Amino acid sequence: MTDLSLSDQTIAGKTAPPSEARALRLPTQWLGVAPFFIFAIMFLILPTLYLMLGAFQNGAGEFTLENIIALSQPTIVAAYWISIKISLASSLIGAFAGLAIAIAIVRGGLPEWIRSATLTFSGVASNFAGVPLAFAFLATLGRLGLATVILNTVFGLNIYAHGFNILSFWGLTLTYVYFQIPLMVVIIVPAIDGLKKEWGEAAATLGATQTQFWRMVVIPVIWPSFLGTVILLFANAFGAIATAYALTGSSLNIVPILLYAQIRGDVLHNPHLGYAIAFGMIVITGLANVFYIWFRTRSERWLK
Amino acid sequence: MKTGRFWAWVVFALGAAYFFIPLIATVEFSMRMRRGTYSFDAYQIVLGDARFQATFGYSVLAAIFTIIIGVLIVVPAAYWIRLRLPQLRPIVEFITLLPLVIPAIVIVFGYIRMYGSNSPLPFLASDRGTDLLLVIGYATLALPYMYRAVDTGLRTIDVRTLTEAAQILGAGWGTIITRVILPNVLIAVLSGAFLTFAIVIGEFTMASLLNRPAFGPYLQNIGANRAYEPAALAIIAFAITWGCMSLIQILSRFAPRSANRPN
Repeated sequence: MTDLSLSDQTIAGKTAPPSEARALRLPTQWLGVAPFFIFAIMFLILPTLYLMLGAFQNGAGEFTLENIIALSQPTIVAAYWISIKISLASSLIGAFAGLAIAIAIVRGGLPEWIRSATLTFSGVASNFAGVPLAFAFLATLGRLGLATVILNTVFGLNIYAHGFNILSFWGLTLTYVYFQIPLMVVIIVPAIDGLKKEWGEAAATLGATQTQFWRMVVIPVIWPSFLGTVILLFANAFGAIATAYALTGSSLNIVPILLYAQIRGDVLHNPHLGYAIAFGMIVITGLANVFYIWFRTRSERWLK
Repeated sequence: MKTGRFWAWVVFALGAAYFFIPLIATVEFSMRMRRGTYSFDAYQIVLGDARFQATFGYSVLAAIFTIIIGVLIVVPAAYWIRLRLPQLRPIVEFITLLPLVIPAIVIVFGYIRMYGSNSPLPFLASDRGTDLLLVIGYATLALPYMYRAVDTGLRTIDVRTLTEAAQILGAGWGTIITRVILPNVLIAVLSGAFLTFAIVIGEFTMASLLNRPAFGPYLQNIGANRAYEPAALAIIAFAITWGCMSLIQILSRFAPRSANRPN
């Protein structure tokens, strides 16, 4: 239909008469969506563009690449690197653990109430982030935390003597996983539900073993939405600051905390370098989301 | 198949352990305040703290205004796109996904630089203006969730028929939206509202960088200075999140019926 109306205007005019009336109503057409667009432009797009342009300007407002080049100083590179490592580790652990839990509750033959209880809990835990989550992990794996104490008194394992610290890379990763796993469960369960029962039956009829069915049907179908969700989890962890800040103060130098300190007190002594850090964050989460959208469009083909 | 079930139980048990041990540990820690015995002292101190009440009240108020702004922006747009401008859907969906791409700290950084005292729109020049900017920031954070909730709600009702029926009966646009569409998607809007509430109530980054006396910065401050109160606060925060999610679940049971109710 669209092809037709593009190639032959007269036929299109006959088949779609309301289009003439539409031209007349055009101004009011936009009234309903105007608040949304004004809001989005003023408070989402312009502030972001402002920072992105600022990243390419010096104090006098002239174009420069100095801020971007200045990102290569060791503290900033280290901050980006540890942020990327934590985000990657927590998203991969969260994704595989979440996938295992999702498969267990959907296809593991567990009682029905476990599935609904897990999904409810996942909804809660995926939103239980920020400062309170840091408190919970300090109470668990801090120096006086319950798990630390029990491991020490009952099992004789002093994890702090063995180099563990909640204020470290692994401590923060383990904490982030607390909201990453549930997020994975919430997103991936519908995808696993989308595996049609007929596919399993068809595979069995054709003589496939359970392993073959998983390797040749299930994994290829789930793969895109799995990978897509990993990327979403990555972006989720990359921008998070509250948990890390409450957990470690500013002792762990991740990018959001560096930016936070820069906004509060210009610790880098160059306001435009702050813009460049923000620009770098947008580039990284933006790239992650481009991949996410690409994978999602691929996975949706199978879930109709 | 037997072994499959065994492994399913193992995975489930491991997951349950990972998720429940921190909760148990936090409850236990929060009750350790009085030496040698368990007590609710930490909770009493926290709940009796005037700053707790003030900051919590502030954040509740901020959440309510966030929800109002969110509804005012999202409902007309989502409705209009369903009814008249489906070609805008991809653009709007893209925009509503942006807050997931742009970290909150970057958004608020942009606000601080764009709406400072010397700018044409000096939100940050006054306390009320900054409050407003905080609520606006929260509304952007909640945008993906609010839009999705409302759009899902609109999908279950026949927007076009309802609108035409209302028009035939002589209703104007204001009446159609407030008295026909909104009641029909009320459950969806409320789901979005509770999710917004759960996100906003303990939010730290924006409130802290805009220097507002909200609950999130208060939590952080207590965490840096006290031992047992933070654990009690974590349990309270978990309970609030749990409450919001439960309300959403309870509401979702009413959702399909509301679409066909002849009111």
